[in-house]
Amino acid sequence: MQRFFKVLAAACCFLMLAGQAGSADTGKTLSVQVKEGQMRSTPSFLGALVAKPSYGDRVVVVEDRGAWKKVSARGVQGWMHTSSLTTKNIVLKAGAANVQTSATGGEIALAGKGFSEEVEKQYKNQNRNVDFTWVDRMERFRVSPEEMQAFLKQGQVVPAEGGAR
Amino acid sequence: MKTAIPAPLLLIVAVLSLSSCETMQSAADIATVIGQSTGTITQSQAESIRKTTKAVARSAEEFTPEQEYYIGRTVGAVVLTKYRAYDNSRANAYTNVLGQTLAQASDLPSTFGGYHFLILDSDEINAFATPSGLVFVTRGLLRCCRSEDALAAVLAHEVGHVQLRHGMQAIEKARVTEALTTIAAESAKTLGSREVAELTRTFEGAITDITNTMINKGYARSQEYEADHAALTILKRVGYDPGGLTEMLTVMKRNLKPGGVDFAKTHPSPDDRIVRIRAGSADAAAVRPPASRQARFQQAMERI
Repeated sequence: MQRFFKVLAAACCFLMLAGQAGSADTGKTLSVQVKEGQMRSTPSFLGALVAKPSYGDRVVVVEDRGAWKKVSARGVQGWMHTSSLTTKNIVLKAGAANVQTSATGGEIALAGKGFSEEVEKQYKNQNRNVDFTWVDRMERFRVSPEEMQAFLKQGQVVPAEGGAR
Repeated sequence: MKTAIPAPLLLIVAVLSLSSCETMQSAADIATVIGQSTGTITQSQAESIRKTTKAVARSAEEFTPEQEYYIGRTVGAVVLTKYRAYDNSRANAYTNVLGQTLAQASDLPSTFGGYHFLILDSDEINAFATPSGLVFVTRGLLRCCRSEDALAAVLAHEVGHVQLRHGMQAIEKARVTEALTTIAAESAKTLGSREVAELTRTFEGAITDITNTMINKGYARSQEYEADHAALTILKRVGYDPGGLTEMLTVMKRNLKPGGVDFAKTHPSPDDRIVRIRAGSADAAAVRPPASRQARFQQAMERI
């Protein structure tokens, strides 16, 4: 019996996680849930970048292939990994007129709410010994897809087909 | 007065204690309705059960990637109060090209702020990965790597912890619920200073939960094996020899000092990990990287 519930629990947790990666999302509008999205020419971690949609941008799914969605936004089409997309509508500015009525359930996510820059600022005020200098420096360590490609080639690292799923 | 707990009530509690999933809420709702209609629980008991269910059914996955990112930044800053950054731009740049490439081939290639890697100036054999992808590795751990494939295994294991959200799972359940409830309550209006203060207290608690687990207690052994498994998958996808993990663990076994407060305390022994990896049929043959790969590895790690 307990085993049954464990399986059920695991299955529904899986479904929750897969909520961002539903297999029948074609035609749906999704939002970019990361600071800088990566739209690629092929459904692979090695695909060339065709666009970098921003946090909160809406994209329309035109094709669905596992963890990759072919999406269209502002006249550009490309493949995005589901980990960068959400079915929630991300509202960048709090206090918009429609927020009060639509903020039910998990349909909407307000950017900059909850654990946010504001909370980090307050935390810093209260914990002066915690220094964010190196965390900020780390975030500037950025590697472009072209650098990754060149790195793999130079080291004779040959990727398997498919990549991220 | 009768004090025995009615059976349906026990059933509901049993159902609730088994999972925090949303679906469980509907299961509990149904059970509550049955309990009420059969007269075994009263209206007020039913109301309180419904409220509790709502509170229970929150999980760390409900935090948005943006919130996870702010948690990760502060966890990273706390790690850096205990360890000094190793300011060697060549070694850090190399670690980032390798690490970020591996992360792109994981099942969580996109986090809110992306993956970033930093070497810590410590002889300990240690590594930390924060929610949202800040990864720290000590010089002591890098010295356990004899090849780029071995270093790739170390970094892929840490990416595995991020992908599997082990850091977020270290936040106490009650605190997750408290945080998500506060956030939901304030979502439609601008935060007042009292709410910010309340949220900051919960935030501090979450940071403590994560850093305590990550730095002091260590994750569950099963989580370490899961991260090893994720690492093998990532290595294969990118084209590295999965045997790099075994190679690194063999050197680590020699380098670990008994009683150390690093991997000696927080991780399963290298031998146990090797046994599990072999069961997953990773190639145990010696890693033989091409000369160009070995040369750049040795150059980047020259002063490690």
